[in-house]
Amino acid sequence: MRLEVEITGKTYRSAAGGPHEVLAPLKFALQSGEVGVLIGPSGCGKSTMLRIILGLDREFEGHVARPPEARIGMVFQEPRLLPWRSVEQNVRLAAPEITDAKLSELFRILELEAHRNHFPGELSLGLARRVALARAFAVEPDLLVLDEPLASLDDALAGRLRDEIATLVASRAVMTLLVTHSLDDAIRLGDRLFFLSSRPARIVQEVPISMPRAERSEVELARIRAELAALLLESK
Amino acid sequence: MLRLLSIALLLAIWWIAALFVGGAKLPAPPVVFHVILTEAASGALFLHLGATLARVALAFVLAMSLGSAIGYLMGRVKLADRLGDPWLILLLNLPALVVIVLAYIWAGLTEAAAIAAIAINKLPTAVVTLREGTRALDRSLDEMAAVFAMPRWRAFRHVVLPQLAPYIAASARSGLSLVWKIVLVAELLGRPNGVGFEIGVAFQLFDTPRLLAYSLTFAAVVLVIETALVQPFEARATRWRPRAA
Repeated sequence: MRLEVEITGKTYRSAAGGPHEVLAPLKFALQSGEVGVLIGPSGCGKSTMLRIILGLDREFEGHVARPPEARIGMVFQEPRLLPWRSVEQNVRLAAPEITDAKLSELFRILELEAHRNHFPGELSLGLARRVALARAFAVEPDLLVLDEPLASLDDALAGRLRDEIATLVASRAVMTLLVTHSLDDAIRLGDRLFFLSSRPARIVQEVPISMPRAERSEVELARIRAELAALLLESK
Repeated sequence: MLRLLSIALLLAIWWIAALFVGGAKLPAPPVVFHVILTEAASGALFLHLGATLARVALAFVLAMSLGSAIGYLMGRVKLADRLGDPWLILLLNLPALVVIVLAYIWAGLTEAAAIAAIAINKLPTAVVTLREGTRALDRSLDEMAAVFAMPRWRAFRHVVLPQLAPYIAASARSGLSLVWKIVLVAELLGRPNGVGFEIGVAFQLFDTPRLLAYSLTFAAVVLVIETALVQPFEARATRWRPRAA
């Protein structure tokens, strides 16, 4: 499976009347098993881009090729859980085919066992984010889209969830698109980093990281970070 | 407990007022209860109450289901909203009496005419409430359902319906009280039975005890239905909300 995105432009009319250009022409592709990371300043149009890729926004110029049968797992910036359904029901409604064993395993990994029967209103934001992750993983997606999934989590938990994402990505041929502010998340998880400009967003730099995720030691990560810094400085 | 006390207070005020005003205009509670008992013993009370309740039930179900469907459509589809809005404003402002009289003229003094007239009176408020509820639906949850490819019915049942439930409950509640009021007028004008008919008879005979006997039993039935049916439904619809301490 392969995701191909070619957007030639996206404008919207603001309440004041004038047209605003949100996205400049941009183009990228993603293979199964690859993690693409979109990194860019706040408000640069990342969310708009995701909405286009997910098929929620059809008013744009260009073309998105996404296998029609691809199952999508999505973690939105806000958890977007159904407040009137329990944690378990929230996951099961998105993934009706999940077995009890798999669900239990998922809840164990994300430390949600104690909260199965809670309603989202009773959870902290960090917990709600974990439920949103559980829901996205539960559908066993072909395309996994993560919109800043680790924001506002403490370092230890963010690290663990990052490892879980890495495990999931490794276990199945899934195309992953991660939106983040954190360069650290990007170089630990990404295979291909797309650095975006401020609005209207375009891709300033596309940086592949060829080293397999599992082999990236702290030393290697430091080296990649230094290389990136040099590269980004150069492009400015 | 507090409710019982409040009812007792009402009875006391009634009794004292009856002593001042005199039995012809305001009979004391025992007189009225005696009438209730004799009417109940003869079976007439249950017959009339039953007829009224059946009309209420039919008209209410008709108006709620039709009104909710139209309201949802108007909330979702702009064209339906544009087309339906003038009709809605007309219906909302049409006095109940006009609808009832016209229904009886056009469809005859029939059961169908009575029930349709009551339903038409209730319909527009259900439409307005449900349209408001539909407009307030959370788009971000719709998007979530779309991204996870939830089938239409599952999304409606688990994403949309719970958001509409408070609006349906509010509409049921206000609608029921509207229907209670209008059903009596419809019966008074063109039905040979029901609480409204009996009140009409009592009015013509200036039979205040009988009038109060029927009104009070009717009010009691309304109260029971409100507490036994409407309130539990409302509580269930909002049970996921964290409760106020």
